[in-house]
Amino acid sequence: MDTNTAILASMITPLLAVVTNIIWRDKPNLRDGATLVAAVVTFLCVLNILMNEGNGTTEPMVLFSVMPGLDLAFNVEPLGLLFAIVASGLWIITHLYGIGYMRGNNEEHHARFFMYFCFAISTVMGIAFSANMFTLFLFYEALTLSTYPLVSHKGTPEAIAGARTYLGILIGTSIGLQLVAVIWTYTITGTLDFTKGGILEGHIAGPMVAVLLGLYAFGIGKAALMPFHRWLPAAMVAPTPVSALLHAVAVVKAGVFTMLKVGVYIFGIDFLAESGASEWLMWLAAFTIIAASVVAMTKDNLKARLAYSTISQLSYITLGMALATSMGVLGGGMQIAMHAMGKITLFMCAGSIYVATHKTEISQMQGLGRIMPITFIAFLIGALSIIGLPPMGGSWSKWLLIMGAANTGHWIIIGVLMVSSLLNVAYLLPLVGRGFFLSSPEIAKDAPMAEAGMLIWLPPALTALGCIVLFFFAGTIEAFLAPLVAK
Amino acid sequence: MSAETLQHTALTLNDQLPALQILVTFIAAPLVVMFGSLRLAWPITFAASAISFVIALMLLSQVIDGSVISYHMGGWAPPLGIEYRVDAANAFVLVLVTAISTLVLPYARVSVAAEVQKKHHTLFYTAFLLCLTGLLGVTITGDAFNVFVFLEISSLSTYVLIAQGANRDRRALTAAYDYLIMGTIGATFFVIGLGFLYMATGTLNMADISDRIADQGANRTVRMAIAFIVVGIGLKAAMYPLHLWLPNAYTYAPSAITAFLAATATKVAIYVLLRFLFSVFQPTLLMEYYSLRFVILPFAILAMFLASYIAIFQTDLKRMLAYSSVAQIGYILLGISFLTETGLTAAIVHLFNHGITKAALFMAVGAYVLRANGSFYDEIEGLGRRMPWTSAAVVIGGLSLIGVPGTAGFVSKWLLVQGALEKGWWPVALLIVASSLLAVIYVWRVVEVLYMKPTPADSVVREAPVSMLIPIWIAALACIWFGLNTDMTLNAAKAAAQGLLAGSAGMMN
Repeated sequence: MDTNTAILASMITPLLAVVTNIIWRDKPNLRDGATLVAAVVTFLCVLNILMNEGNGTTEPMVLFSVMPGLDLAFNVEPLGLLFAIVASGLWIITHLYGIGYMRGNNEEHHARFFMYFCFAISTVMGIAFSANMFTLFLFYEALTLSTYPLVSHKGTPEAIAGARTYLGILIGTSIGLQLVAVIWTYTITGTLDFTKGGILEGHIAGPMVAVLLGLYAFGIGKAALMPFHRWLPAAMVAPTPVSALLHAVAVVKAGVFTMLKVGVYIFGIDFLAESGASEWLMWLAAFTIIAASVVAMTKDNLKARLAYSTISQLSYITLGMALATSMGVLGGGMQIAMHAMGKITLFMCAGSIYVATHKTEISQMQGLGRIMPITFIAFLIGALSIIGLPPMGGSWSKWLLIMGAANTGHWIIIGVLMVSSLLNVAYLLPLVGRGFFLSSPEIAKDAPMAEAGMLIWLPPALTALGCIVLFFFAGTIEAFLAPLVAK
Repeated sequence: MSAETLQHTALTLNDQLPALQILVTFIAAPLVVMFGSLRLAWPITFAASAISFVIALMLLSQVIDGSVISYHMGGWAPPLGIEYRVDAANAFVLVLVTAISTLVLPYARVSVAAEVQKKHHTLFYTAFLLCLTGLLGVTITGDAFNVFVFLEISSLSTYVLIAQGANRDRRALTAAYDYLIMGTIGATFFVIGLGFLYMATGTLNMADISDRIADQGANRTVRMAIAFIVVGIGLKAAMYPLHLWLPNAYTYAPSAITAFLAATATKVAIYVLLRFLFSVFQPTLLMEYYSLRFVILPFAILAMFLASYIAIFQTDLKRMLAYSSVAQIGYILLGISFLTETGLTAAIVHLFNHGITKAALFMAVGAYVLRANGSFYDEIEGLGRRMPWTSAAVVIGGLSLIGVPGTAGFVSKWLLVQGALEKGWWPVALLIVASSLLAVIYVWRVVEVLYMKPTPADSVVREAPVSMLIPIWIAALACIWFGLNTDMTLNAAKAAAQGLLAGSAGMMN
């Protein structure tokens, strides 16, 4: 398959799964099987693109020209391809997990759930392969809208209220700020194409650069930069597979991915560095990293704690962009993959605990490690990767970010990254300790293993394994992303 | 001019298109009464509307390159005779009006049968045809007094059509009466303004008026004319704060009529406003007096915010959409007040895009009225499951109203913000996006009502009939199509904007 066909196929295949979910809504096995096939096919399409293009950049394929210089167009470049590989690869695992979770937990409206899930994946592929900011914005909004029914899935008052916050903040920031930034860019440059080295240099100068960057940075609400982070904890009312894939991987990564794209292809790293416009963003990202970690420590609800942890980890990527050095961008790009693998593990473990025991609060999870050892070991590995300890993948992205901070002489930022890792230890590891070392009267000493079904414990085990594997392939990813910052 | 005066004598059908644009529906109207047959009323109306649509398309294809057709009614040369003048701006509006009427009619057949008393049906379609004729006439004519005549034809028939909602809700009568009073005041203002113009120039042909104003420059008489005409047409266009007739009229009119009027009547009034401001009074004159920046701009922004804000608190879908219309008219006026090509293009594109969006939404409301006997939020709770197609169309229309990328509303919003940024009007750009966030709130209230509330257990509501769903979905898909493919809309709007900004020079070429 040639690359352009594969790009379209990777977007259309999930849409076909939307259709099969509607047609076979009353035949669960057929329906979920078809979706699994779609997930695998999507992943193969993306791999096909990888085989064809490696880490090259292709010419945009224009589908529609909405206005002069404003095309619905797609192309392949390393960052987008990495994002597509991560999202489509983890979709397969999450889909298996989703089947187990939705059935094991007796959730309702499975067909509707999987239908919107597939739709969301299709828009994620659109985001990953966008050739310009307009196309990206279009799919960015489509992703928000298609995940809304997933967040409100349970239909309870809390779910509706959470979904309202979710939609309000994401639509509010994107239309209120990001759209203005995009149109501003278009007005002064006449183009929105992602161009290496940026398109803004020479069109804007002085403090306005920082203002425009601010419109983008806050407008990309999915990156959960404080103070626009509230939607992420609100979205935790969604069933766990949604939290796992969408709110640890697809949606939030779409946000920071957009952030990196804007930094690398709209502003240009050199332009950012010269103008010093991203200095304030770096400090705000650093603040978000620490503040969100501190908030995470106060949360007893496991999913809420993970949500705040995600907010903190996302700002690593924003920080990498704001450092405006090649190390920072590489570290940020790598963090997309590393954090995705680690955080999806943690969320799936949280869901696994919920399905098996219906416990949501960390303080109730004493001794669960003894009856759910696989889940808890997977959680431990995921947590270590998030913290950034070898031999887990997460250690490399932090390493690169620290290098980036050192290159630019930002010693305080290095301190922030160190403190953040310590805070991660403080809020992630106690759960593992509780699970293994504390005892609970409910659980007898010689209780047998009580993991939920295999479709629930296997996926997190696989992704935990992935965290370790990624440690050894960090060099490959770095080399893959290198064209982003090549002079 | 001399070469043009001979045009009408050539007896090809193509040359007679401007006259046929009016005549087809105008002749069909009495035919419906003469036949007096319930069975024939609808087919005649639909055929007339469809033919008009084809004519409008043919006209647009002739003028989209920026040329102008001048047609002399009865062979009498202007300025004595009545001139029909087609350029990109009004051909575009003609297409919109006839497209919407042709789309609404198949839908109306079922909807009207359910909402209007049977004995009134033939006369109903007659009034519809007259209303259509009036709107087309207002749009196509190049004679200022002729505008007034057609405006009255369309207005009088509109009052009748709105009053037909009385079968379902007696308040339609007071709504129609309100509109009658307000509309008459508007028409009076308009005709007083024309009087001033006639006083100052001694002619009623628009091109001629503009020529003479250009010669003599602005004087107090001409300025009075501007004031009266803007207020008079402003009433018809529901320009804030002259919009008071609109919410009731839209709420209580039969659903098909609401869909038709919302998409066309106010749009035609705005076209007249554009025509007078730019072609008759000249952009240069307008820039001198800042009348747009200090009168239309602030009221447009007030409309965007206050009407959207009121829409949030409505409990009737139909009424909510009516207030949303007032707000959206604010966007159009805002684009006009920029006095730049991008701003005008945005206004004209939004004229069209908002037309199809509201057509889709109001037609969907009619489907709820048919099946659930009303469109109050508590009557349509949970209908997303019972009427999935109708409700999905409401969601698409709602997204277009918000201006989500990929929908028609996005294109107009984009151009509008771009226009504001080009002028360096930062706060205005931010206000535009801020007000579309209000649209998010009022649209999402409806989405939650439709999808998040449980369907009442005793509900027997079924999906609307296919004859209604097809027009609804054509309009809904048009919202998406024109959000992605803007060849037709944008080119026509751009040509129209350039023509308008060239002032009378644009009318003379």
